[in-house]
Amino acid sequence: MEFLTDKLALVGNKGKGIRSDCHVTMELAESGGIQVELISKVESMYGDDIRKLIFGIIAYYGLQNVRVLVEDTGALSPVLAARMEAAIRLLTSSGKEYLIPMLTENGYETTRDRNRFSRLYLPGNTPSLMINAGIHKPGGIILDLEDAVAPAKKYEARFIVRNALRNMDFYGAERMVRINQVPAGLADLVFLVPHNVNLLLIPKCESAEQIRLVNEKISQLKAEYKVSSPIWLMPIIESALGVLKSLEIAQSENVVAMAIGLEDYTADLGTRRTQEGTESFFARSMVVNACKAAGIQAIDSVFSDIADMEALKETVIRSKALGFDGMGCIHPRQIRVIHEYYAPDAAEIEKAKKIVNAFIEATAKGLGVVSLGTKMIDPPVVKRAQKLIDLAVSMGKLSADWRNEFLEA
Amino acid sequence: MDQENMSKYDKLTTNAVGRIVPQVFNGKDAVPFLGVGKFKPTGRKHGPPIVSVADYPEDGNKIVPSLKDALIRAGIADGMTISTHHHFRNGDLVGNQIFDAAAELGIKNLTWMPSASFDCHSPMIKYLENGVIHHIEGSMNGALGRFTSEGKMAGLGVLRSHGGRYQAIQDGDVHIDIAVIAAPTADCFGNATGDRGPAACGLLGFALADSQYADKVIVVTDNLVPFPCVPWQIQGNYVDFVVLMDKVGIPEKIISGTTEITKSPDRLLLAEMTAQFCQETGIVHDGFSFQAGAGGTALSIGIYFAEMLRRQGMKARFARGGSNKYLVKMLEDGLVDYILDGQTFDLDGVRSMRENPNHLNTSPFTSYNYHGKGNFAQFVDVVILGATEVDVNFNANVVTHSDGYLLHGIGGWMNCLLSKCVILPIPLFRDRMPVIRDEVTTICGPGELIDVIVTERGIAINPLRTDLIDKMKGSSLPIKTIHQLKAEAEKICGKPQKPRLTDEVVAVIKWVDGTVIDSVFRIDK
Repeated sequence: MEFLTDKLALVGNKGKGIRSDCHVTMELAESGGIQVELISKVESMYGDDIRKLIFGIIAYYGLQNVRVLVEDTGALSPVLAARMEAAIRLLTSSGKEYLIPMLTENGYETTRDRNRFSRLYLPGNTPSLMINAGIHKPGGIILDLEDAVAPAKKYEARFIVRNALRNMDFYGAERMVRINQVPAGLADLVFLVPHNVNLLLIPKCESAEQIRLVNEKISQLKAEYKVSSPIWLMPIIESALGVLKSLEIAQSENVVAMAIGLEDYTADLGTRRTQEGTESFFARSMVVNACKAAGIQAIDSVFSDIADMEALKETVIRSKALGFDGMGCIHPRQIRVIHEYYAPDAAEIEKAKKIVNAFIEATAKGLGVVSLGTKMIDPPVVKRAQKLIDLAVSMGKLSADWRNEFLEA
Repeated sequence: MDQENMSKYDKLTTNAVGRIVPQVFNGKDAVPFLGVGKFKPTGRKHGPPIVSVADYPEDGNKIVPSLKDALIRAGIADGMTISTHHHFRNGDLVGNQIFDAAAELGIKNLTWMPSASFDCHSPMIKYLENGVIHHIEGSMNGALGRFTSEGKMAGLGVLRSHGGRYQAIQDGDVHIDIAVIAAPTADCFGNATGDRGPAACGLLGFALADSQYADKVIVVTDNLVPFPCVPWQIQGNYVDFVVLMDKVGIPEKIISGTTEITKSPDRLLLAEMTAQFCQETGIVHDGFSFQAGAGGTALSIGIYFAEMLRRQGMKARFARGGSNKYLVKMLEDGLVDYILDGQTFDLDGVRSMRENPNHLNTSPFTSYNYHGKGNFAQFVDVVILGATEVDVNFNANVVTHSDGYLLHGIGGWMNCLLSKCVILPIPLFRDRMPVIRDEVTTICGPGELIDVIVTERGIAINPLRTDLIDKMKGSSLPIKTIHQLKAEAEKICGKPQKPRLTDEVVAVIKWVDGTVIDSVFRIDK
């Protein structure tokens, strides 16, 4: 297709290695009607469907004269729609949204103290990676609008992320988005808040004020779009200033977990990241302590060598020992190792079994005080032990019938 | 035979799996598929002409100056069938030269019978266009498949499995006039081996039938050794002429293809689910046997098997190959007693085949031939195979894509279906293309032989396998029906349109017993 002007909207991805995506080239014209050229890898199976969608979106925006070239490598409908919408809104400055159906499976909420061992980062403008992310069972899936999206692609990525939130099955993973740095990131929120995002990551956080701004904008959008489900926050500490301000950030409203990002932090210190992590020991401890003081979860930085599972395992063991409750991952293969080594180990489970058993026996006897051997056990300890048991059962590390087995043993 | 004036095909009928197939093509009669094990052959095997030592060089030196010269001496003529093997895969330098020589000699209407074709054979298209080659009996991959699908081949393409090729040659369904056997190492008498030499490819099993049944046999090598060439994987007593040339294959392309385990997390998940399925059903047990293809997913399953065996202190009795470094490591680590190898996929496979007496050279005769007194594939405990499509009746396709194009050969796939348990680990959709269809475009495997479909979103067990269904009750793996899986894919991708095909047959698919199981139809451009 020939284009007549240089006012072209170029949206999406194409070229070598691009799959399950599409690229839209579009221009508005004075005359000539609606001209659509489709080059699709799945023409023989979905050519009619795709054309119907393209013409439908053009009609929705009331365009009379437009030239469109769609180069498709097997994009699903939510992706095609996002690309078309982004192109049209770039050219027309329309604020009107073309909303595809919300999957009923995606309607769930998450709780404040949900287990957050792993959260899988996915680049916000790469739909091919989103389709199957949930089947690898990460605790959370982060659609990243920040560092994983090139500046020129920031605009179109918001449409992909919004449509993914609506129409791609997350298979029960916590639905997370990393917005851009505040204040610019506040503009991302209208693409997220009305679409049942569970948790937002706030990058390069350095003050409670930034969190307040995010909360304020969320409240305003929740009222406007009549959203009632909670939207949790996970600030990421990535600078020396952020580390020193970590307590006030951790104590902010709706913050349920706080993460540390070591790539930027070590750059800020003017040092390099090492395997042993001596350079970040202070920062990690500071973040852990701030989190525990605020009663929230402490989340460690990602481990970037996706081929080295042994080193990942060592890192997780050290991280857990420092007090972290989970970490980020950048490849689905890391999920299992992360779950395995943050999960309660055999000694922890054994101890928890004894405590919970003592509690059950004490309750049966009508005793107000729980004791194990000569030691008194406080109610929060019992509660933590029960939570650990539940977690071990849910992860298949302990039989649901553990107590009978425990009593028989 | 006057190939030019005969009709491409005739007498269409509906076979036992409801597919429309011709009963006459390329001037010969064929039997439509009757059902698994239903066709009973009669008669005696085909045989090559009786010859006399008196007509061969007294000193045993059968070397002639060039391939062209050998073809002339072999009596190359219009309408003949010329066979080749594919042990050099995409690094084959000999196949094209045969037809270059035939073209120079003005020969027409040849039938080319490779054991498989690769991208490097795309230059054959010019000979298919100008009449040097009339049609291909073997496999039509990539560009050759596209050419066939668009109805451009003069004759009808015939696709066979590796075992079916041996059967067809043995039974005389195809008569080979001249077999050209490219060999990494040979002597002047014609003894040849694939396990050494610059173009080492491991073994030459695919050329066994050609050596035994062709009228004339030409061995071509770039590594001539003094008599005797040992081991003699191909026996010189079958060979008429030996040709020495500079280079018979490109080593890095011989040892190529999908020989690394997959890094795709989705594929690894498939592999892991498949391995876990085999564990939970008791398929993996001390002394079991398996065969996994060469794809990245299949290789990864081998690695999971190895881990399971090591953890449980067990070992497999034998693995059927395609061998590669992972399988060789299992052999060397004592996790499997024997590799019964049909083709080697990498240099570790070649080395092991050469050095390890427990790494055995097999052929389509021992492993796959259906018209024999048994074959190895039948009693393998589990085979892991791929497929382009599967339908709700578990019928599977391995040759055409959902757009109707013929793009792959059958290989040993069809023969492996006779094993005790057939598992297809396949993604539920590729990009936007769902793999489970109402009806496959082309049936290569009847559903009754396909036991389990493993996808990343669930595992479907063939309702005929009530034993497996019972064993998986209460499993943590997501066991679903094939209809559930299909619905899940269509919810994500949408309901696909049917491919636009004409009713003109361009190729036929032969079942392992030589009957016709399906036709490939011309694409409607």
